Amino acid sequence: MTRAMEKYLRGGLGGTAFCPGCGHGILLGALLRAVDRIGIHQDDLLFVSGIGCAAWIPSPNIGADTLHTLHGRAVAFATGAKIASPKMTTIVVSGDGDISSIGGNHLIHAARRDTDLTVICANNQIYGMTGGQTACTTPVGARTATDPAGNPHRPFDLCQLVIGAGARYAARYPITRPPMLVDAIEKAIRTPGFTFVEAISPCPTQFGRRNDTPDVGDLYEKVEALCIDRENAESMTFDERLKHFVIGEFRP
Amino acid sequence: MPGLNEPSSRRVLMQGNIAAAEGAIRAGCRFFAGYPITPSSEIMVQMAKLLGSNDGRFIQMEDEIASICAVIGASGSGVKAMTATSGPGFSLMQEALGYGYFTETPMVLVNVQRAGPGTGQATHVGQGDVMQARYGTHGDVFPIALCPASVQEMYDLTIRAFNLSERFRVPTFVMADEAVGHLREPCALHGGFEIEHRNRHGEGAPFGSDAPDGVPPMPAFGDGKKLMVTGSTHNPEGFRKVDDPEIHDALVTRLMRKTEDHRGEIVEVEEFFLDDAEVAFFAYGISARTALAAARRLRKMGVRAGLLRTKTLWPFPEEAVAQLGRRVRAIVVPELNKGMFAGVCRAHAAAEVHSVTQTNGKTIEPGRLVTFVQEVLK
Ligand SMILES: Cc1ncc(C[n+]2csc(CCOP(=O)(O)OP(=O)(O)O)c2C)c(N)n1
Ligand SMILES: [Mg+2]
Repeated sequence: MTRAMEKYLRGGLGGTAFCPGCGHGILLGALLRAVDRIGIHQDDLLFVSGIGCAAWIPSPNIGADTLHTLHGRAVAFATGAKIASPKMTTIVVSGDGDISSIGGNHLIHAARRDTDLTVICANNQIYGMTGGQTACTTPVGARTATDPAGNPHRPFDLCQLVIGAGARYAARYPITRPPMLVDAIEKAIRTPGFTFVEAISPCPTQFGRRNDTPDVGDLYEKVEALCIDRENAESMTFDERLKHFVIGEFRP
Repeated sequence: MPGLNEPSSRRVLMQGNIAAAEGAIRAGCRFFAGYPITPSSEIMVQMAKLLGSNDGRFIQMEDEIASICAVIGASGSGVKAMTATSGPGFSLMQEALGYGYFTETPMVLVNVQRAGPGTGQATHVGQGDVMQARYGTHGDVFPIALCPASVQEMYDLTIRAFNLSERFRVPTFVMADEAVGHLREPCALHGGFEIEHRNRHGEGAPFGSDAPDGVPPMPAFGDGKKLMVTGSTHNPEGFRKVDDPEIHDALVTRLMRKTEDHRGEIVEVEEFFLDDAEVAFFAYGISARTALAAARRLRKMGVRAGLLRTKTLWPFPEEAVAQLGRRVRAIVVPELNKGMFAGVCRAHAAAEVHSVTQTNGKTIEPGRLVTFVQEVLK
């Protein structure tokens, strides 16, 4: 992260809790740049997160109000906080397991209600904090602690999920492309109503090491190689798309 | 839109659940999140109406877990907040109630108990959640739970629940039951209460206090305090400290002391005919009304019977029960469960404690208690 963003960090932080090569720190940087561009005062920002490595992106790092909640429930807490205090720009940042597995019902209902929240899902395609178990976002065939022979199930397409539920804005970008991610987060925060950004944030420790990419550089290159713009993915079959990260803005 | 009605000492016919909603508004509640469940739904419906005309916020959530989480979020924003539910919903809320306790978030939950376990008998009365109110969430918690026995108390104790919750930063339960919730009787929506507000702007760290039983100030989101709220172990400033044994122990202990050291301020009991009693009922909620009717009948029959009624379930009225145990020969505990509070009573009273239980979804008939006491005294 550049020094310019340090003004948004909380004083008294000891250091980062993220593993070397974790994408979550890059996402933190992208988030702060977006906030900086919009120019929201720190006192008017509330960050809500659940439980998991990704839930530590805002809490305690960001020098604003941070509400670190229960596994899966960040969106529900944020809904209450926002409705009770509409002046606060309320941003949920949490993991794929947190937001879309245990918390999936809260996610779709917040989208349906069009509550004025921005939800940023740090998707590392695995349960990082608990030791690399399969998530509802794990690709077909990927090896995990609970699917050592490869995950037999398909992952959620989170952007399509929230669009189906009524999201005003939905985009997906990898942390390997920070400028796009910053743009998307900025647009999501600026758009009133329920907005969603999925950040592909690779996990070298739990995912890479189990899936032939123990080296961080190799893992990031693999993510890059799997990214395909939504326009170019249109001609693909459904099963082909599942093997890629289809990136771009999906709504509006 | 019309605002809050003027308080009035005039008694009007009202349902218990409606009185709870009126009490909440009088106490300053301006946020309700909930999910429908019999026999509590009237509270939610009434709150939708009252909050709409009192500049409040109402939201029907997707389930009870979301409801309690939204309530805690709203309270963090500085707004007095409440939910209402019954057995199955109370079970779903347990994890978040522990979170509310550990983050010292004021909030009120009205549980209109029905006959459990399971889905049980949704429209019938029970008192089977009284231990869940105390031990339902994981870890050591010391919540506050009140127990109304009339429509008037649905109003009064809901206000009191908000006051205690704001004063101590502890989630507080109104453990009503289906009979009291659906009862219709005269109730005055009076204004005879001081209304407590959390210490929002006080000096000091938001999650610590020098006094061992201290209640720290609670700034709201947006107050410029850059709050760190977390359900993980934290230091007084709010920084997560998940490996420090001393910080964990100090936090768990301070939270316990907030309720335990203020028993005198929290616990309320009421005595009937105890001066010369040789046998006494110890009762709560709708069963206390049965017990009072039975005590009156026994008195007419020449039996020196009395009643200790508690309006506070938790913290348990230990001192009052111990004292009762020294005054009477036998204590009879009637309740709509398999003897939950009789067990607690035994731990604190030296006298013999008899349990009268009924789990058929109906209130106990006074006649049953009269006969029981006659047998005991034989
Ligand atoms: C109710 C509950 N169930 C399970 C857990 C254990 N748990 C903690 S973090 C986590 C998974 C987090 O995964 P994700 O949200 O994807 O975040 P990541 O660590 O991968 O960033 C789980 C299952 C918990 N804290 N609470
Ligand atoms: Mg994850």
